[in-house]
Amino acid sequence: MIRLDHVSKIFAGITAVDGVDMEVGAGEVCVLLGPSGCGKTTTMKMINRLIQPTSGKIFVDGRDTATVDEVTLRRSIGYVIQQIGLFPNKTVEDNICVVPDLLGHDRRQSRKRAAQLLEMVNLDPGIFLKRYPKELSGGQQQRVGVVRALAADPPVLLMDEPFGAIDPINREVIQDEFMKLQAELKKTVVFVSHDIDEAVKMASRVAIFRAGRLIQYDTPDNILAHPVDSFVADFVGSDRTLKRLRLLKVAEAMVGDPPLVRADDTLETAARLMAERGHVSIVMVGPRGRARGFVRLDAAHGRPGTVGEHHEKLPCMVNLRDDLRTAVSLMFMHDLTWLPCVDDDGFYRGYVTQRGITHLLGATYRDR
Amino acid sequence: MVLLAVFALGVWAQASGIVPAILKYREDIVYLARQHMMLVAISGGIAIAIGVPLGIVIARSRLPLLGAAIGQVINLGTTIPTLAILALAMTVLGLGTPSALFGLVVLTLLPVMLNTVAGLKSVPAPLIEAARGMGMTGAQILLKVELPNAMFVILAGIRTALAINVGTVPLAFLIGGGGLGELIFTGIDLMEPGLLLAGAVPTALLAVLVDIIVGQLQFWLVPRGVNPLR
Repeated sequence: MIRLDHVSKIFAGITAVDGVDMEVGAGEVCVLLGPSGCGKTTTMKMINRLIQPTSGKIFVDGRDTATVDEVTLRRSIGYVIQQIGLFPNKTVEDNICVVPDLLGHDRRQSRKRAAQLLEMVNLDPGIFLKRYPKELSGGQQQRVGVVRALAADPPVLLMDEPFGAIDPINREVIQDEFMKLQAELKKTVVFVSHDIDEAVKMASRVAIFRAGRLIQYDTPDNILAHPVDSFVADFVGSDRTLKRLRLLKVAEAMVGDPPLVRADDTLETAARLMAERGHVSIVMVGPRGRARGFVRLDAAHGRPGTVGEHHEKLPCMVNLRDDLRTAVSLMFMHDLTWLPCVDDDGFYRGYVTQRGITHLLGATYRDR
Repeated sequence: MVLLAVFALGVWAQASGIVPAILKYREDIVYLARQHMMLVAISGGIAIAIGVPLGIVIARSRLPLLGAAIGQVINLGTTIPTLAILALAMTVLGLGTPSALFGLVVLTLLPVMLNTVAGLKSVPAPLIEAARGMGMTGAQILLKVELPNAMFVILAGIRTALAINVGTVPLAFLIGGGGLGELIFTGIDLMEPGLLLAGAVPTALLAVLVDIIVGQLQFWLVPRGVNPLR
């Protein structure tokens, strides 16, 4: 969708961007990452020609951007900046419809779309459409800023540290909202950030810049697992393997088809099942398969009675779709080495163990 | 309290016979006030027509030196006393309305232009970047982003300029420009307070009136989102 072909930018003798080659596929979120002054913002701004490249070519949707009128080009690319830049003289509605109005789209149609988009970022159109930007909180303003960039339904979105000025709690919420929006709209996004956690969370691909050069362009997991040099390794942090936990889902580390017992099974059965697998505890499920509790091996071994009489409550469970960071955090919190995994309806589907997670994280290192 | 004071002042004025003394010149007042307002309207109009575009050019100029140079020239024009400007204008343009208008324009230009520059410069840079990034042309950025957001400050400049203008028009009489100055200066020369006040009081009232009108313009013309008044 977007292709940079040996693009350079020289400002008054200083090379800001140095021969960058990269390609962003349709529907991907590409995060440009690096310390300040590394050329990531300049690279992004060359895509909609806010900055003219000194040399090299940029193609958007197969067209050389240098051959397209720059105003036309920019209207076809959504643009979000850190300072938000909502026009204080216009209502939220008119702000959202700036580009549709510039393009001469039907007013009623674009107003309707503005309302729909606002709803998608959890702002009630009935309340917010007629408000002015100064009557909104920072987080609400940036939601409108993102929506404004989407109003004319451009295939490409450029975002310049869009969530950088928002407090950490709101930032997480807006990031999640944006990811939901993106899952639905599937735009091609180029996203400038200096926050590795944000990059890991949002990106399908991460481009790491240093002094105008593209150092590494890869999936977040590969960046974290296999940084190409010490600069990238330092930049992503010494806890980079822990950051990978966020990229992996519980389902990936889960052992499925687990042994289980029901309330009317005897402790003898439970002990036998545990012995077979070498486990020290076993989950008890309800009549329809929901996880209800568990029995320890030392409580079951050689004793009479049923599981229903001797089970303990499960201290916690983890959803299949949660990331492993959540799972590990729960394990540490409850001092456990394993966690039962349930699906959205609470049915018991398998378990994750600390060993299993360690193994999964280590797999990529052993391959090389 | 204030109302009471005004009322007392009115009673005193009536008792001392000043009001009838002023009203004696009613026809003159109406005629000259009209002339006065014409001078204000024409000179103010010219000043706005020159000052605002000039301010736009200076504020948006890529050459900061050019802007500074124009600013300095106009600054210089304002440091020269009004009376001196009128006298200088008279030597070139002769007696009469044209030289009066020239002097008034020079005087009014500076606040209009300075506030236009200040207003445009105060528009936050991210707004302009966002506008550019969304594909507005230079003219669209000026008309849809910069001017609406600078409008309040620009109108504040026009308000100041016109208030000064109304108060200075009486001097135009000295070079044959007409206006309420005719009553004021004649009143001074004849040592006749009634005549003097017949010029001074309407002048003051006009100044207040103009201020109120532009104030209302400021209130209603500036979009609600950027209007500190509402």
